[in-house]
Amino acid sequence: MTVPSLVQDAAARPAGRLEAAAGSSLAAVAPSAVAAPPPPFAGWSAQTPHLVDESVKTGRKLCASLEEAVKRSGLQDGGTISFHHGFREGDKVVLAVVDELARLGYKNLTLASSSLNSCHGRLVEHIRAGVISRVYTSGMRGRLAAAVSRGLMETPVTVHSHGGRIALMDLGELRVDVAFLGVPTCDLFGNANGVSGRSRCGSLGYAMVDAARAGVVVAVAEQIVPYPNVPASILQDQVDLVVQVDEIGDPSKISVGAARLTTNPRELLIASYAAAVMEHSGYFAEGFSMQAGTGASAIATTRYLGKRMAELGVRAAWGLGGITGDMVDLQREGLVGKILDTQDFDAQAAADLAVNPDHVEITASQYANPFAKGAAVDQLDMVILSALEIDLDFNVNVLTGSDGIILGASGGHCDTSAGAKLSIIVTPLLRGRIPMVRDKLTTKVTPGETIGVLVTDHGVAVNPRRPELAERLAAAGLPVVGIEQLYDRCNAIAGKPRPLEFTDRVVGFVRYRDGSVIDTVYQVKEASR
Amino acid sequence: MDIERDAIAGTLESSDVLVRVSPHPVLEVDLTSAVEAQYGDDIRQLIDDTLRRLGVQAGRIVIEDRGALDCTVRARLEAAVARSTDQPLDYAALGEA
Repeated sequence: MTVPSLVQDAAARPAGRLEAAAGSSLAAVAPSAVAAPPPPFAGWSAQTPHLVDESVKTGRKLCASLEEAVKRSGLQDGGTISFHHGFREGDKVVLAVVDELARLGYKNLTLASSSLNSCHGRLVEHIRAGVISRVYTSGMRGRLAAAVSRGLMETPVTVHSHGGRIALMDLGELRVDVAFLGVPTCDLFGNANGVSGRSRCGSLGYAMVDAARAGVVVAVAEQIVPYPNVPASILQDQVDLVVQVDEIGDPSKISVGAARLTTNPRELLIASYAAAVMEHSGYFAEGFSMQAGTGASAIATTRYLGKRMAELGVRAAWGLGGITGDMVDLQREGLVGKILDTQDFDAQAAADLAVNPDHVEITASQYANPFAKGAAVDQLDMVILSALEIDLDFNVNVLTGSDGIILGASGGHCDTSAGAKLSIIVTPLLRGRIPMVRDKLTTKVTPGETIGVLVTDHGVAVNPRRPELAERLAAAGLPVVGIEQLYDRCNAIAGKPRPLEFTDRVVGFVRYRDGSVIDTVYQVKEASR
Repeated sequence: MDIERDAIAGTLESSDVLVRVSPHPVLEVDLTSAVEAQYGDDIRQLIDDTLRRLGVQAGRIVIEDRGALDCTVRARLEAAVARSTDQPLDYAALGEA
């Protein structure tokens, strides 16, 4: 594959980047064309009239209301708006803004949030009403996801990975007109961060991408604080408009792994296998790097591995994520050098980001963009990932449930598995009655060629592309089995599931991290029982 | 075997099934299942077979399945029927169909 030539982080933006003169419409000051002669001097403020009046100069970005911010943003019908998902299930910005856009009569907008969650169910009404007609997201859950799966949208949703979202921006497909970025604190010039104020989400890694690329950037702040609000994640020379709202999100709903350490023996068994796989993988050596997920098994794996690291004196140079308090704990024990953090999954991680110089915020582009000049996933040794289904070629579904309804997210799954030297899938063999190993996936999100090992409670299957790894793990006494044996065991225990029926109607396109279409999601044909 | 009174077996925990049986002039089976799309037909078949082996020809059988395996569905159904009657269970008729 030839990598397209891309403008990198200082990227080309949609035309009409707003240089907001206070209170004026968006009449951008057009930079003079290169060929034209420079204008003669006509007074110090001839080209910068917004600097004349003192109150305008300092306060020109501040809007009295969301309505004013929307109007000054210059957003048009059919435009593209973007959001970040740092508050996960606690987000209050997406609906507040879309409610306002609906009230103002906007139609036919493209909604591009870095992800959507169950808390966004009410978007269904805005889609029915024609306010939103296209959606880009890493995933969706709950009512919105169910409605989309049943054919809510005329235009199929685009599901991208975290790195793939930025690829779509840099390839020119996803051009954000106005980014509405929820930030806990912001000064009147737009310097914003996620580590101070009442409602802290921690890293603003996803928002930072939009701040650098959107045509117009609106900082939607819960608290306005004195200038300069430093350290800032989103910067004054990126932000066009600032508006204060009552609430941007509920940090208590960020945390995904409510039970910090599982006592479920099946999950502990999987975690003990996964930690042993890491230890004997050949990549477990002083200075290694890792990313761990947030599922119960992944968190328990981190604990088990931490114990082995301490016993054997093997330290990780750095950890990547999606950061939880467990990674922070490992670092405090001296077992992890640096933490690179694109998003925080709990309050402990977010609080640590504020005070720990070895815990560093990175953008989603620096995390996972396949076309970035440097993405951290490319330096990664090992990653632990989950799965909703895995097939006999190790292809993974993390998006649709086995009833065909969307209930998950692409996230960084395919980005990290492509980048890491070893990607480890942890999953129980059965969830309830549903087999996790399939002859055919409901939806393919991550290609099996990038997956190294499947760890289940019934054994460890190594991708046949990695025979040396299978030998190492077997020699270490791990229960190495063929993935076909795990598949047979699924069906022996649960019975072979009846294949789902779908209509011809496409409800979603799954984009691989490079922008290519890796799979298509169809509308479920539902039995009329 | 006749269903003489209301009886219940199982729970609504994930991977379990709640079976309620009650007297009714005809046989009526009402199944709701979390895995209807994948296993609904299999579960109905299993229920029919189990009721036939137990000799249940009438009664209202309400089954709320949370993704239980076949062995669990069968055991809960047998237990509910056994609790609904004073007749001794014919253990020889139980077990694998």
